[in-house]
Amino acid sequence: MVLIKTFEIKNKLGLHARVAAKLINVTTRYKSKIFFERDGKVANGKSLLSILTLACPLGSRLTIRAEGADAREAVADLGKLINDKFGED
Amino acid sequence: MGDGTGKRAFVLKGIGVSPGIVIGKAHLFDRFDARASFYRLQDDTLVSQEIKRFRGALKESEKQLLDVKNRLRELAGREPLYIIDVHLLILRDKMFVNHTVQFIKEMRINAEWAIKMTIDKYRDIFDKVEDEYLKGRINDIRYVGQMITRNLAGGKKDVVPDIGDKGIIIAIDLSPADTAQMMMNKVLGFATDMGGKTSHTAIVARAVEIPAVVGLESITKMVRTNDDIIVDGSAGLVVVNPDPEMIKVYDDKRRHFEIAQENFLKYARLPAVTKDNYRVDIGGNIEFIEEIPTALSHGAEGIGLYRTEFIYINKEQLPTEEEHFSHYRSIVGVEGLKWATIRTFDLGGDKFYSDPKLAKEMNPQMGLRAIRFCLKEVDMFKVQLRAIARASAFGKTRIMFPMISGIEEIREAKRLFCEVKDDLAGKGIPVGKDIEIGVMVEVPSAVIIADELAKEVDFFSIGTNDLIQYALAIDRINERVTYLYEPLHPAVLRLIKQVVDVGHKAGIRVAMCGEMAGDPAYVMILLGLEIDELSMNPLAIPRVKKIIQESTLSESKTMLEKVMTFSSASPIREFVCNYMRERFPEEFQLNGD
Repeated sequence: MVLIKTFEIKNKLGLHARVAAKLINVTTRYKSKIFFERDGKVANGKSLLSILTLACPLGSRLTIRAEGADAREAVADLGKLINDKFGED
Repeated sequence: MGDGTGKRAFVLKGIGVSPGIVIGKAHLFDRFDARASFYRLQDDTLVSQEIKRFRGALKESEKQLLDVKNRLRELAGREPLYIIDVHLLILRDKMFVNHTVQFIKEMRINAEWAIKMTIDKYRDIFDKVEDEYLKGRINDIRYVGQMITRNLAGGKKDVVPDIGDKGIIIAIDLSPADTAQMMMNKVLGFATDMGGKTSHTAIVARAVEIPAVVGLESITKMVRTNDDIIVDGSAGLVVVNPDPEMIKVYDDKRRHFEIAQENFLKYARLPAVTKDNYRVDIGGNIEFIEEIPTALSHGAEGIGLYRTEFIYINKEQLPTEEEHFSHYRSIVGVEGLKWATIRTFDLGGDKFYSDPKLAKEMNPQMGLRAIRFCLKEVDMFKVQLRAIARASAFGKTRIMFPMISGIEEIREAKRLFCEVKDDLAGKGIPVGKDIEIGVMVEVPSAVIIADELAKEVDFFSIGTNDLIQYALAIDRINERVTYLYEPLHPAVLRLIKQVVDVGHKAGIRVAMCGEMAGDPAYVMILLGLEIDELSMNPLAIPRVKKIIQESTLSESKTMLEKVMTFSSASPIREFVCNYMRERFPEEFQLNGD
């Protein structure tokens, strides 16, 4: 199954390295292929460097696309992390 | 050089930190490149082997990072752990790994080369990112790349970079670990993006007598290896792709400079006595034993500051007592040098930043360093103290504790030193009878309580570099604030005067071992203050001695009185510069300082 959902980045510093590391910790737990997309740029959701190159600041919109059996759980988990501002500020 | 391809000549302005002129080929120094050798794989069968080698190095690097992480976990603060997590994630990053493997396969190149290509690829991507913070993450990728490369080279051993023919090193900044690995006889000069007068690059350049310009901001981006360049360390200029005419002009300048240098040496051997018979002891600041001959030939009468940090740098393990001893033994009791002042471990801050094992501090200059660190790591400290005590049996030794900010620190350091000495005596190992104990006065609080400190020690040595930085609250390696680094600030002068007055009242010796002691423009001020010993980079000695020999104590005192009447630095500087230029026209017209 394919699931697509868009989130707003709400933490002050945006998707910086520590936060991206937290995202990876979630995405790598799931079997689904996961992609992040911002402004037409697509990143492999399981690659830290790939995510960093999206350079998402505060307020930017990040679209998550998950493909696979556990896509729903993956997107839900990621959404929770993003909406929690990654447990920061 | 005028190869017809039309390489444009241009000039970059920085801070000249080591005088002289050199014309040569640029060599871009990159910590990553420095350790790697690049080659093509001879046949296909080697490809899978090479990939295996790469994966092996990945595993090894991961193990090391996990190891560091475990060790850090025991310390407070989770921040460093995140950085290591990020490094681990890069190591495990599929795209990072796949790119590299792909390069090995498709281009049939060795793993080191492939890693470099992967990093270059990411650099291109990150360069386009607008966010400054994210842009900086390329450094994490480079760090990981360096780590893998080191492990490819067999782990523990660092490969000494070979710069081939003689060249001028172009770098972002140089750490002690970097310069320690260079074959200095092949280095003609330095030109760096960052740094100021007292950064490590500057100190090394002056020590080995090669021209250097720092704070050039972006020279690493504008110069490529093998470009022709001229480094004018006296004027703080770097000329890139000079045309033949410029080369001729600079060649003349270079010759002129060398002749002037020779003239100075004539004065170096004579004592620093003023015309009215006031004598100042002149010491040399040294870091390496190899500098001793230079110190002697330039007229040092003793060693006023022996920096011991070098003994610790670039070591897998902490140095043993014997290693310490062999260093101290070779600087104590040298023929022609009357004393040796050994400064204990002053690590921390800018001196050690390239060690990944030490947690990064936000403001390392004010962090856990020098005596603070030593009093926490007592066992390590005692190893050094024992070695110094043993060496003191062989000649006049002074031991100096850095960064003392309060009375407890000096008392504790003294207590440890006595313990070590008693222990040695108990074992029948000889220790010098006349060993003197002193503090390096560099924290403003030490100046304020100098009267109390004077009761505890035999001498003071004023470390102006840090004293100025702490008193004026400026980061001396941040080139954007170096303009505030002002030894002639009235606050600095008053602090120094206070230390000297209090020290002399208590009957103890007052030395100065910071950069300020070696600046010819300040000689009369320091004379007027009646500092007992000036210790400086040996290369500065001849000029300083010459000025002392040509002045008198009484006029220096009059000059100092006048200086102390100004309320800010710029009129002081103007007055001092004019005065010195008029008084010593020969000394102060060559390079306009």
